[in-house]
Amino acid sequence: MNAPLSIERLLPALDHKHLDWLEEEAIFILREVVASFERPALLFSGGKDSCVVLRLAEKAFKSRVHGNEFKGRLPFPLLHVDTGHNFPEVIAFRDRRVAEMGERLVVGHLEDSIQRGTARLVHPLESRNGHQTVALLEAIEEHRFDCLIGGARRDEEKARAKERIFSHRDGFGQWQPKEQRPELWTLFNTRIRPGEHFRAFPISNWTELDVWLYLARENIPLPELYYAHQRQVVRRKGLLVPATELTPLQPDEQVETATVRFRTIGDMTCTCPVESNAASAVDIVAETLTVTVSERGATRMDDRTSDASMERRKKEGYF
Amino acid sequence: MSTVLQDRVELPEDHRALRFLTAGSVDDGKSTLIGRLLYDSRAILADQLDMLERKSHGEALDLSLLTDGLEAEREQGITIDVAYRYFTTKQRKFIIADAPGHEQYTRNMVTAAAGSDAAIVLVDITKIDWTASPVALLPQTRRHALLAHLLRVPSIVFAINKIDTLTEPRPAFESVRHALQAFAREAGIEVAAIVPVSALRGDNITQPLQAPWYGGPSLLQLLESLPTSQERVDGSLLLPVQYVAREAGSDPDGTGQQPRTLWGRIAHGRVRAGDVLQLYPSGQRAKVTALRRAGSAVEQAEAGQSVGVILDRQLDVSRGDWIGTPETLLPVQRFGATLAWLDTEPAVVGRKYVVRHGNRWVQARIAAIGHRLDIATLQPTDAHELLVNDIGHVVVELGQPLPLEPYANNRVAGSLIVVDPASNRTSGALLVNVVR
Repeated sequence: MNAPLSIERLLPALDHKHLDWLEEEAIFILREVVASFERPALLFSGGKDSCVVLRLAEKAFKSRVHGNEFKGRLPFPLLHVDTGHNFPEVIAFRDRRVAEMGERLVVGHLEDSIQRGTARLVHPLESRNGHQTVALLEAIEEHRFDCLIGGARRDEEKARAKERIFSHRDGFGQWQPKEQRPELWTLFNTRIRPGEHFRAFPISNWTELDVWLYLARENIPLPELYYAHQRQVVRRKGLLVPATELTPLQPDEQVETATVRFRTIGDMTCTCPVESNAASAVDIVAETLTVTVSERGATRMDDRTSDASMERRKKEGYF
Repeated sequence: MSTVLQDRVELPEDHRALRFLTAGSVDDGKSTLIGRLLYDSRAILADQLDMLERKSHGEALDLSLLTDGLEAEREQGITIDVAYRYFTTKQRKFIIADAPGHEQYTRNMVTAAAGSDAAIVLVDITKIDWTASPVALLPQTRRHALLAHLLRVPSIVFAINKIDTLTEPRPAFESVRHALQAFAREAGIEVAAIVPVSALRGDNITQPLQAPWYGGPSLLQLLESLPTSQERVDGSLLLPVQYVAREAGSDPDGTGQQPRTLWGRIAHGRVRAGDVLQLYPSGQRAKVTALRRAGSAVEQAEAGQSVGVILDRQLDVSRGDWIGTPETLLPVQRFGATLAWLDTEPAVVGRKYVVRHGNRWVQARIAAIGHRLDIATLQPTDAHELLVNDIGHVVVELGQPLPLEPYANNRVAGSLIVVDPASNRTSGALLVNVVR
């Protein structure tokens, strides 16, 4: 590595003109979903990426009254898979937003799948992240959804880097990376057989920085967990693990209070915050410009298991 | 810092991301080049770097590991498909379509090239005898450049790699540069630039090479200056209807019919409120009363933008229809095209396929295969079928007429995908050549 890093020249300025282009593309994809499928739904967890997709959907299908207020209704319901281990603040945020917007929310409960016996935990405190797939696929079947709109981005992870914008799922909900349909121009091939479905990813081409720039520019509400707050944590394998009932202390661990924010939000059992004083989306943009650890590397215990964790979960039908 | 985001200026056009593909064989240093661009633009972060260091076993960092793919690929030692990578500089956002260089090469390159603004063709200078006269280029260099040309990627750039290994860089670079220019001239390829680089060492990637024999830009400076594809905004309007929305709850005419907004992304030209437009296939005409973009009213919209059109009359319009300047939509039912075949099942003359053009699906069949092109030379050879990774010239018959235009004139009106109705696989890509 002999070459000097020219950070000065390459550090992206707080430029956001390309956001218009990304927005345009995302809205195009959302309209394509509604025009091509009978029963689509938008995955909404209250997480930042899904908040961005929700705003894009408002722009695609509603008309702006003023500021952040839109009139009209989305042509699809929202869908959330509740693992039972979600942060309560995030669930409260989800319900508040849905009520404010007057949209319809469908919730698939992993707890129900566990009761039914279709999802089987090895032990009660096992991470429920991978098991979400069961509840997700059951919700798809029950409501006969034929396309789910998700907020996944290709910069998140290398299995995602190879996934199509319109991604086919077979009758078992499986992603087959080797059978992906070539995606040429924007001539999406959305043809399916009964029982199959699609996942559509309107913000495939966005990076973490693009998402934060957009959240800042559009003034999009987010759960407060995303901004700096005091939280009890333990330090474990280089990660800050929230101290909760679901993540019991291991021997020799000390609980401490730290000023933290979450970069991604998943289950309490597998999502870790980072130390930060960033109190607004603009602060986070500034921090993201100087950050040195990737989003999933810093925050997800489940993605550290192996190089291929995400790919394996996706093949089984994960988000 | 907070003021920056509020100063929103209406920008004319070129704030699109530049989408480019990288073409090169396994040993040309393509993965290293991509790793280098990501690394130098800080798209690589510490944990990914940790992984690199672990896997490089104390040697110099192997940047090619950054583009390492899926488990399914590692198991088999192959690369399946196109991967997308992102980086940003002060000037613009970049999307790299990384097409693997060996298996299924044509198929992957066609996928990566569709919609790309530029192609970087890597030339490994250590594999060329630059002292020979004439200098012989490698077959893969010719193949990659010809394919990019055939697929009409707007800017083609040659990056002469591994210049750090040369003891006499000036004569070597000059000699290979002349050979590339001669080849391009002969093949009719317009070359955007020829740049020397060392992906391994980072020479001439971000900072221009400080050498008396080279006064040109660095690769990144060049990428920052290349045009993104823009369709023409002057001339006639062409707008494929993507989605028809009903304004819920309003019924201004008292006719029981709600006004409809016809959404679509403009293929070429522009539309203004007050314009008289013609619909295809119905042929009916109507006047534009209002235009919308992303939730707000606008006065006009142009090529590349999605727009919602509200007309002064209730007409029978649905997804897949076209809106255009009157008398400019000239539908055809038979056309000549370049067909890139992507399916492991061969293309069968006479069989019914479905094709998608704009937002419309119609039945179609290949009436005749003219010939197959040798992708190393673009020389036509006689053929009766096209196999996976073949490219040929064909005549296509459509189940109903469509307003096609040559791909060279317009990407939207000139491109189609071919789908096998039995498997639903995307089997081929059609680039319209001759409309008759």
